[in-house]
Amino acid sequence: MDFRLGPSSEARRTEVREFLEAHMSLALEERVYRTGVSHDEDFTRALVEGGWMAPSWPVEFGGQGLDPEEMVAVGEELRLADAPMYGIGTTMMVATVIRAVGTDEQKAEIIPKALAGEIVIVLGFSEPEAGSDVAATVTRAVPDGDEWVINGQKMFTTNAQIGDYVFLLTRTNTEVAKHKGLTMFLVPLHQPGVEIQAVFTLSGERTNIVYYNDVRVADAWRIGDVDGGWHAMTVALTNEHAAGFAAAIDRLLVAAEAWARTTTDDDGVPRLEDGTVREALGRTAIDLEVSRLLQRRVAWMAATGQAIVAEGPMSKLFSSEALSARAQDMVEVVGPDALRSYFDPSAPAHGVIEHMLRFSLGTTIYAGTSEIHRNMIAQRGLGLPRNR
Amino acid sequence: MDLRPSDEQLQLIDAFGALYAKESTAERVREAEPLGFDDRLWAQLVELGALSMAVGESHGGWGASMLDLELVAEQHGRALGPAPLLESQVACRLLARTGGAAATALLAAALAGERLVTLSPRAPASGVLALVPAGAVATDVIVRDGDRLVALPIGDDRTRPENVGSQPLADVPADRSRLAAATVLAEGSAAELVDRALDDWLVLTAGALAGMAERAVAIGVDYAAEREAFDQKIGAFQAVGHRLADSATASAGATLLAREAAWADEEEPARRGELAAMAFSFAAETARDATDVALHVHGGYGFMLEYDIQLYYRRSRGWANVLMSPSTAARRVADRRYGPRGSN
Repeated sequence: MDFRLGPSSEARRTEVREFLEAHMSLALEERVYRTGVSHDEDFTRALVEGGWMAPSWPVEFGGQGLDPEEMVAVGEELRLADAPMYGIGTTMMVATVIRAVGTDEQKAEIIPKALAGEIVIVLGFSEPEAGSDVAATVTRAVPDGDEWVINGQKMFTTNAQIGDYVFLLTRTNTEVAKHKGLTMFLVPLHQPGVEIQAVFTLSGERTNIVYYNDVRVADAWRIGDVDGGWHAMTVALTNEHAAGFAAAIDRLLVAAEAWARTTTDDDGVPRLEDGTVREALGRTAIDLEVSRLLQRRVAWMAATGQAIVAEGPMSKLFSSEALSARAQDMVEVVGPDALRSYFDPSAPAHGVIEHMLRFSLGTTIYAGTSEIHRNMIAQRGLGLPRNR
Repeated sequence: MDLRPSDEQLQLIDAFGALYAKESTAERVREAEPLGFDDRLWAQLVELGALSMAVGESHGGWGASMLDLELVAEQHGRALGPAPLLESQVACRLLARTGGAAATALLAAALAGERLVTLSPRAPASGVLALVPAGAVATDVIVRDGDRLVALPIGDDRTRPENVGSQPLADVPADRSRLAAATVLAEGSAAELVDRALDDWLVLTAGALAGMAERAVAIGVDYAAEREAFDQKIGAFQAVGHRLADSATASAGATLLAREAAWADEEEPARRGELAAMAFSFAAETARDATDVALHVHGGYGFMLEYDIQLYYRRSRGWANVLMSPSTAARRVADRRYGPRGSN
C-alpha cells in the first residue's frame, strides 16, 4: 500500500501553489466574498494562460492530461486558497458532458470557448418543488418545428447573471416514469423570456432564481436524446469523482491554528497551551485526515478503473458533516471573538472561522443533501431495502 | 497511491482470517468469558507466527511491517479474539528495540512461549499497576519506573477484576521494593521507549477497533435487512438506515486511517506519532458509536445476552478505554503537532 499521492502529484501541487502565489490575493478573496461571485475574469485568464483551466483534459484540447491523483493535489490547493473556481467548475462539468454525449456541432461550438475561458455555463437543475428529488422537474420543453419552447422556473442557478448558457433540465414527457421524461438543453441566457432574479445566501454567495417564459431554443442545442436527460445528468454527476470538503476543513484548521498561536489569554499564555483548544484542534486535524483519505480513495478507485458505489457519497457526507461540526466547535472554543465577521478588520484570522460556520451549512445541502447521500450508502453500499 | 494490500498481505489476511473464523467464533468468545483468554486460540496464533512476525530476523523473527501487523489486528478485532495478541506484539517490539542482555533474554523467552510479556500503559499508583492489559494471563509486565524501564514478574498476588469488556486485566502489586527488585531493561531512555511502544499500541488497537466497527455494522445491517415491523424491513426506515450509513462511513474512514498510520511507521516516520493518536481516537469513537447503533437496531434483542452484538458493544469500550479516551488521544495529536503543553 502507498498513502502518498504520486511524485508527479506533488510536483503539480508545487506548480499550483506558485500559480496561486502569483494570482490569488487577499484583495481578490475579499472581492469574491463581497460580491458573492466565485468567478473572476482576470483570474480565469491567468488560469487559461497557465494551463490550469482544465488540467485533466487531454493536451490536444489545451489541458495537461493530468490523472485523478494529480487532480486531487490540484483541487486541494485551489480549494484551500478559496480560488474563484465555481463558474469554471460548472462550465467544465457541462463541457465534459458535451464531450461525452454532444453532437459534433455542439463540441465545435462549446468546447474551445469553454477551455479558453470565453464562456460561462451555469446549471439549471433545482426547482421550487424539486430539490433533492430533482427528477420531479416540471419546467416544460415543448417541440415547435426545429425548436423547443421552454416555460418554468429554476432555483439556485448560481452565476446566471454572468452566464452565457444554462445547462437546463426540462420535462418533455409526462406520460412515463418521472426520470424517463426529462431532456437536457444548453440554453443561451442572453435572450428574451429569460428573467434572472438575485438570491443571496448565508455564506455570502449570490445565486439566482431564473424564470423561463416562452424561451425558444433550437433542437441543435439539445444535449443527449429526447427523454434521455437523466442519462446526461448522470454523466455530469459521476464526473464529480472526488467530491469532498477536506480542503475546507484544512482552511478552518489553518485559521484556527493561526488564532491559537497568536492570541493569548488574560495571563499572556498562548491559547495553543489550553487543553480545550488543543483537543478541538486535534479533532479537526483528525477529521481532515479522514476526509482526505475518503476523498483520495475515490480518486484512486477512479484512476484504477474500479466501480465507485458508496465511496463517493461517503466522502461527501463525512467531510461536509465534519466541516459543520468542527466549525461549530471552533466558534465555541475561540469564544466571542469568533463572532467577528469574515473580512471585518477586527476578526481573528480574517474571520475565516466565522465564514466556515456559515459556509459549512450549504455543504451538507447542495450536490445532494446528507440524507440523499445516506440513502445511497444504505441502499447501494449496505444493500438495505429502498425506503418509501 | 495504492490502497490495495499487496498479494503477500492479502495472503496474511486470509491466513489469520481463516484461523479466527475457526478458533474465535462467537461461541468460543463466550466460552472464554469472563477471563477473556482462549488458550487454544492463543497457541494457534503463536504457531501461525503472530509473535515472531512482530520482531526482526536478528531477534529470531520474520520482521513484518507495522502495516502487516495492523492488517492482522483488523481480523483480531472483527473476531473479538480472546487472546493477548496486541499486548504481546507491542511488548516484543519494545524488547527488540530496547536491546541489551536482559531485554534480549526476555524476548527470546517470550518468542519461545516460556514467558508471556505485556506492557503497562500506566505508571504505578499507590503501589499498584492498575488494569494491566493481558495482566491476568501474563508472566511479566514491562513498566516505566522513573527513567528506568523494568520487567516486573507478575505473581499470584495479582487480582483479576471482572470488567465490562471481559478482558484479561489485572491489578498488579508494584510497590517500591518490587520495582527495585525488578529486572532492569534500560536506563535513561525509558520515557522514549514507552512512548514509542504506546504509538505501536495505539495503531494496532486502532486497527482492531476499526475491524470491530466494520463487523458490528455488518451485524446491524444483516438484522435490519431481515427484521420486519410495520409491514416492512426495518432497514428501509431512514431512522435505521441512516444511522447505519453513518457508521459504515466512519468505519471505512477508521480502517483507512489505521492503515495509513501503520504504513507511516516506515514510510513517513515524521508523522508516526501524530497519525497513531489520530487513528486511535477516531477508531475508538467509531467503534463506540457503531456498536451502539448496531445494538440499538436490534431493539430488545440487542439487550439480550444471547445476541452477539453485545459482545462487540462491551469490547469496543474495554479495548479502547483501557488505553485512553478518544479525547485524550485527540490531545495527544495536538502534542505531536504543536509540541507538548508548555512548549509554546
